[in-house]
Amino acid sequence: MKSNSKLEKILEGGHFAITGELGPPASANPEVIRKKAKYLRGNVDAVNVTDGQTAVARMASWAACLLGKEEGLEPTVQMTCRDRNRIALQMDVLGIAALGINNLLCLTGDHQVFGNHPTAKGVYDLDSIQLIKMVKDMRDEKKFQCGDDMDVEPRLFIGAAANPFADPFEFRVVRLANKVAAGADFIQTQIIYNVEKFAQWMEAVRDRGLDRKVKILAGVAPIKSVGAARYMQTKVPGMDVPEAVIERLKGVPKEDVPKEGIRQCVDIINQIREIKGVAGIHLMAIEWEEVVPEIVEQAGLLPRPQVYQA
Amino acid sequence: MIVAEQKTLEEIRRMITPYARVLILGCGTCMTVCDAGGEREVSFLHNALRVAQAKSGNGTHTFSEYTLKRQCDPEFLDVLSDQITDVDTVLSLGCGIGVQAIAERYPDLPVLPGVNTSFMGMAKELGVWDERCAACGDCRLEETAGICPITRCTKGILNGPCAGTKDGKCEANKDMDCAWVLIYKRLERLEQLEKMRRYYPMRNFRAIPRPKRLTSRISVDMGEDNEDNG
Repeated sequence: MKSNSKLEKILEGGHFAITGELGPPASANPEVIRKKAKYLRGNVDAVNVTDGQTAVARMASWAACLLGKEEGLEPTVQMTCRDRNRIALQMDVLGIAALGINNLLCLTGDHQVFGNHPTAKGVYDLDSIQLIKMVKDMRDEKKFQCGDDMDVEPRLFIGAAANPFADPFEFRVVRLANKVAAGADFIQTQIIYNVEKFAQWMEAVRDRGLDRKVKILAGVAPIKSVGAARYMQTKVPGMDVPEAVIERLKGVPKEDVPKEGIRQCVDIINQIREIKGVAGIHLMAIEWEEVVPEIVEQAGLLPRPQVYQA
Repeated sequence: MIVAEQKTLEEIRRMITPYARVLILGCGTCMTVCDAGGEREVSFLHNALRVAQAKSGNGTHTFSEYTLKRQCDPEFLDVLSDQITDVDTVLSLGCGIGVQAIAERYPDLPVLPGVNTSFMGMAKELGVWDERCAACGDCRLEETAGICPITRCTKGILNGPCAGTKDGKCEANKDMDCAWVLIYKRLERLEQLEKMRRYYPMRNFRAIPRPKRLTSRISVDMGEDNEDNG
């Protein structure tokens, strides 16, 4: 094992994994994390804690991870290149490993213009692929980026994102291969609503044998309202929301849309499970964590496997 | 070339407030080409300042104007000595380099910037300029099909495109082409797509410390050497 990660053990054990997501508050209130953790504990194998998602200043991912860990979660730190240079990133990598956090998702990061500080300086000293390689070299070579040695390495299970729906489509598998070559152990994809296109991408992934080199978790998320669906379709970068998805939600009375959104999410999970090479699901019920138990149960993914963790 | 934008009349009037005699100084090179501070803009600004002063009824400035061939080169500054004998400030319509060249030459004379220096770019169409070079000092255009990701990718990433690109546009600005999609398409056309499969290491920012200095590699004696060799 590369780490003491519960997620790694579950994936290596051949189980169909399920990871969740938790957005830290834009405040110093720890209760927000504790409340959200309640819905996730026991229902998912690990929980991504976002790092200033959509470039809004929020509680640090590592700190919220620590609070989640106290509540019995297996947290995954998300780390973006937007706000920190290579020195700060390495300091945080060492810190999170020392705190007993086992999973790290490496991202380039949403551009600062999306957030609440659009005039901030974006750092981008590294991109996500360079970050993956830097963390892998720290873990496997015990080396800082500069080449200096360290005695105790950060034993982290390294994750990366993949977006099968961004441009150019034919390049997206090449980019996945680049991330795997840089050192990614697991992949979490963009939220999938266009299952057909995702299946095409997975076919290309299998053709290159990438599904045997990296664990691919397919991103899913329930939609709460027609407005939210439309917003994702038109405003969120790199999203592909087919019209049929919105039509299905429009087909029920307004008060039933959330329930239909949950059913739709379960249906998508079931379709994705049929696709060869998918190692699990990444369920992003952002600001709607209370529906996670229901979705996981309806998808027949309970109880979660138990693994021994040192 | 360097591209700049003239500051607003309001800001310029605020800057010159403490100074009675103002020399408006244009630059005959980049600032002329980008319509920000050449002879024509100097003359327009001179008139605009006079009219504004007359309209407002306050202010007792007197203005003079002159345009140098180039503000950033000491040898072109020599002719200035006659112009600046009886002025209290120079309002330079040179780029940021021009302003500082004047300041270095005249330690006792306040210099004001009349333009906002924006970027290094090229003319796209009449009156439109696009940024093309960040002067990073570490050119990798050979690897990126002659399209600069440092300048044209809003995140300046070397292993792109990121996941935010949609319909070939940038996530941060839907009107802007994604540099990495442009690179991909051009590499495809050049049959060099293998370059998209390479890992591009981190940039070396130490290679480009600020402020930079460049010393010509061509020796001043080279002419004689060449003659000897010939």
